[in-house]
Amino acid sequence: MIDFIKGTLIIGGALFMLLASVGLLRLPDLLTRMHATTKAAALGVILIMLAAAMHFAEVGIVARSFAIIVFILMTAPVAAHVIGRAGYFVGSKLWSGTVKDELRPNYDPLTHELKSGLETQENAKRQPRETDPD
Amino acid sequence: MTGAIWNLLLGLAWVLLSGDFTGLNLLVGLIFGYITLVLIEPQLDSLKGYPARVPRFIGFIGFFLKELIQANLRVAFDILTPPWHMKPGVIAMPLSARTEMEITMVANLISLTPGTLSLDVSDDRKVLYIHAMFLDNEEELRRNLKEMEHRALELFR
Repeated sequence: MIDFIKGTLIIGGALFMLLASVGLLRLPDLLTRMHATTKAAALGVILIMLAAAMHFAEVGIVARSFAIIVFILMTAPVAAHVIGRAGYFVGSKLWSGTVKDELRPNYDPLTHELKSGLETQENAKRQPRETDPD
Repeated sequence: MTGAIWNLLLGLAWVLLSGDFTGLNLLVGLIFGYITLVLIEPQLDSLKGYPARVPRFIGFIGFFLKELIQANLRVAFDILTPPWHMKPGVIAMPLSARTEMEITMVANLISLTPGTLSLDVSDDRKVLYIHAMFLDNEEELRRNLKEMEHRALELFR
């Protein structure tokens, strides 16, 4: 039974890693590629580490594989975010099927200012003043 | 935070005193430590809210794993079938997280779930720009993101 679970975990992990590389090859633009590679690969590593922990079942190895999982979970999203952000602002082209881009109109490439689009809403709000007639 | 440290210390003390250095015994120690902390919580101000936070944390991990696997399968399906079903786009999500730490946590969690990637936060820290892969149902996506943010913030407040 436990062998079966371990095997499933390892094959599942390897499959997710394969999917990540197929996605890297097939997907059309930088941002969608970041989606495929970082997350599928992270899930693959996590599954394989779980299998390793179950196979050896020793304190040292279990602790180390959990440490690997925690560090992957901490670093993978940061790396994806930084690469995606840099690529976007350097001006890598988005795929032709992209339906929406709410960032572009709020970004000023000269000053690198990024507005939230809520400023006008914020300014329109009026605090009651003491001089207001009742 | 103090609660978590005390719980860990009590668990370690249990392992040391019982002299059985295995992961299972550490888990038993952590559970006993938790029960102890639940019992003395009314007496100590620094432990306020800790007993309620632990089940919430476990629930959050379950919720997050569910989202992670569901979204991964969806991306996998789109990669493997020849026509593209995806509708990628960049959306702006208003944040209810305020401090830098909370924004970092929320952005990381959003990046970790496949199908969404946090790109940048606006200069006034009010809006998070997210690249999403499946925008066919934008309302539902926004609702899911909001729910994740809400649950994550509950853990830290």
